Amino acid sequence: MTNDNTSRRKFLATGLLATAALSCTSKKNPFDNYAGSDVKPTGKTVKLLSVDGEIIEMDEAFLKPVPDLPPITNSEERKGIEGKKFVMVIDLSRCKNVKACQSACNHMHQVHPGQNWIKVLEMQDAEHTAPYWEPTTCMHCDEPPCVKVCPVDATFKRQDGIVLIDSDRCIGCRFCMAACPYSTRVFNWEEPVITKELASHDYSCETSTPQIKGTVGKCDFCPDMTRKGELPHCVSACPNGVFMFGDENEDSVTNGAETFRFSELIKDKSGYRLMEDLGTKPRVYYLPPVNRSFPFESGLENENEVDKKNTK
Amino acid sequence: MENISLPGMIQEDVYPELPKRSATALTPAQITSDLLPQKFGRRGMIWTGILIIISLIGAFAYYRQLRYGLVVTSMRDYVSWGIYISNFVFFVAISLVGSLITAILRLANVHWATPLTRIAEIIAVSAIVFASLIIIVDMGRPERFMNLVLHGRMQSPIMWDVIVICTYFFISLLLLYFPLLPDLKILIGFKEKSGKALNKLYRFQGSFWKGTPAQFRISERAINILCIIIVPVAFSIHTVTSWLFATTYRPGWDSTNFGAYFISGAFLVGAGAVVVAMYIFRRYYQLEKYIREEHFDKMGKVVVLLALLYLYFNINEYLVPAFKMKKPEEAHLTQLFSGESAPLFWFAILVGMIIPIIIMLFKKGRKPLPIFIAAVMVVVGAWFKRYLIVTPTLLHPFLPMQEVPESYHHYFPSWEEWAIAMGSLAGTLLVITFFARIYPIIPIHETIKENETAV
Repeated sequence: MTNDNTSRRKFLATGLLATAALSCTSKKNPFDNYAGSDVKPTGKTVKLLSVDGEIIEMDEAFLKPVPDLPPITNSEERKGIEGKKFVMVIDLSRCKNVKACQSACNHMHQVHPGQNWIKVLEMQDAEHTAPYWEPTTCMHCDEPPCVKVCPVDATFKRQDGIVLIDSDRCIGCRFCMAACPYSTRVFNWEEPVITKELASHDYSCETSTPQIKGTVGKCDFCPDMTRKGELPHCVSACPNGVFMFGDENEDSVTNGAETFRFSELIKDKSGYRLMEDLGTKPRVYYLPPVNRSFPFESGLENENEVDKKNTK
Repeated sequence: MENISLPGMIQEDVYPELPKRSATALTPAQITSDLLPQKFGRRGMIWTGILIIISLIGAFAYYRQLRYGLVVTSMRDYVSWGIYISNFVFFVAISLVGSLITAILRLANVHWATPLTRIAEIIAVSAIVFASLIIIVDMGRPERFMNLVLHGRMQSPIMWDVIVICTYFFISLLLLYFPLLPDLKILIGFKEKSGKALNKLYRFQGSFWKGTPAQFRISERAINILCIIIVPVAFSIHTVTSWLFATTYRPGWDSTNFGAYFISGAFLVGAGAVVVAMYIFRRYYQLEKYIREEHFDKMGKVVVLLALLYLYFNINEYLVPAFKMKKPEEAHLTQLFSGESAPLFWFAILVGMIIPIIIMLFKKGRKPLPIFIAAVMVVVGAWFKRYLIVTPTLLHPFLPMQEVPESYHHYFPSWEEWAIAMGSLAGTLLVITFFARIYPIIPIHETIKENETAV
């Protein structure tokens, strides 16, 4: 408890300082003087509200901007967003294997080259049945087999339905990978290839970055985006509106352009979940590949990249 | 006097040599001098040297793994458990023999196994130590091992495994130590022969033992209690190890047969290992008077019984799903029966079970040399059997293997994995070798006592 309090305090204090720093009009680039050793007082003071609620005055030269605000505490990340029950619907009739979802996800999470958190599988259930593209994410099961077997509570289920990984705690036993029937988890077999900037950050369960060598990673439903009220990267990247994301409690899902009543969408289009017989109760629903927007053909990967950039 | 009847055995347990045995006029002094630990000869030096070299190569490979990550192995996202885990299962399996020979036979009042108890117990202790080490080797973040204590979740089968393996280790260690106490007293008496350093060690470990009747009573009671509690713990270690697999959904692991299947396999490989060790110790230390042909004969019968039992569970494990050929099972079973893994699969079944059974069913096959060969086959077959339990399953996930680099579709251990696996096996043998150098591998005190009661 005490830990949480101090970090919340720190959060408030640094937040205040950062806001103040950004609002003050110094000609110097405030990002240059990070060490603060050669700071000369300018004589100009600003009034600030201290954490104890007192108004204090300090020289504006001592104000330091915080490039990245400290993320929320680990225990809050583990609890999740109150009152939410996130759900995803993937419409197979709209997917033509563009893989914009995958590249957006890989880019934003800096997934290791060769590995993917989203896979677009070429499926054909039996010899004479129709082939189709099936994008797979983490299913964020309500009865998650991975969480059941984790010996150290490094992977956990939140109240908003999301299954996340705490890579600062993961011991790398890979039992969760063996347990997951959807083969959704990847392992950081070697030092992850990430930008220096990201590598300097502390690990956050909500962004699932930076990846840490010797730990497990997977799709996280982008809770950092939903906290900001935005859609996960795959949802907004898909040019065909395959992914719909929303809150089961609000009974609505959206792909950005269209919004549906979740229960009606599932009812009208006969939504289903993968491997229902295993009892894992996934939070990802699929709409069958009927009345398709596109014929099934291979080789369309990243075809719409250009269109996408134009629309942006 | 020692009429143990093994179910399924046609032959009566009568030995023409048995009366001769009672007449063996071995004086306590002779027994003691025969069984005192001996210095390594030339062969012993070479053997130990080779083991140390193999262990060091393994240690170097592990250094590379620590430095570069598990990428030095051939494991990837689909085959996320490889020979480290199968080696772990092998070690846990082989360590079960400690409880079989020491506890179960002792509780059943079977005295012929007395000379074998210490061999079985040191195999158990060293194997369980290396089982723990190899599981740490498999971890992506070994330095976070303490998280198991700090953040341990009792719901996870891994926690159960950690707990029962620790318990088993300590009970086995005590079962090795308590019967050693009277022998330590004897060893302390031979200061000239054992040298200063060893004498100091013996004194440290056993100088409190005076051999009074009261002490014997306490020791006897303690051993009895340990023998009783080690049986459920032993069953637990291997049942829980099987649950690491059986608690998942994967075809080939999702089986209710797994606990019994693993336990029967464990007793088989453990008994095989004891036969191998018996033969080698007997030849190297000239222990023909103590590990006699009747011991091989009886152990042979035990191994046949256990092999038949394991074969029975194998039939359940493979033929029942093969009768139905459910879609997820089909790919897995086809790989084993006639696909990529077929040579290894049939090797493990034939060499690990069927051929040894045939050899040891005959009285001539239970002579020391043939039974030694059969036991080596059992142990080697068992090692590959564990590999077949762990890896082929992982190559047949529910969803197709797509969108991964080509190397993710196959698994063949890298040199680092082989080096570490072989290093751990060499390490186990090294522990056993040094133990036999320092302590009498056949209990001196108990042999003297049994000899007296026999005469």
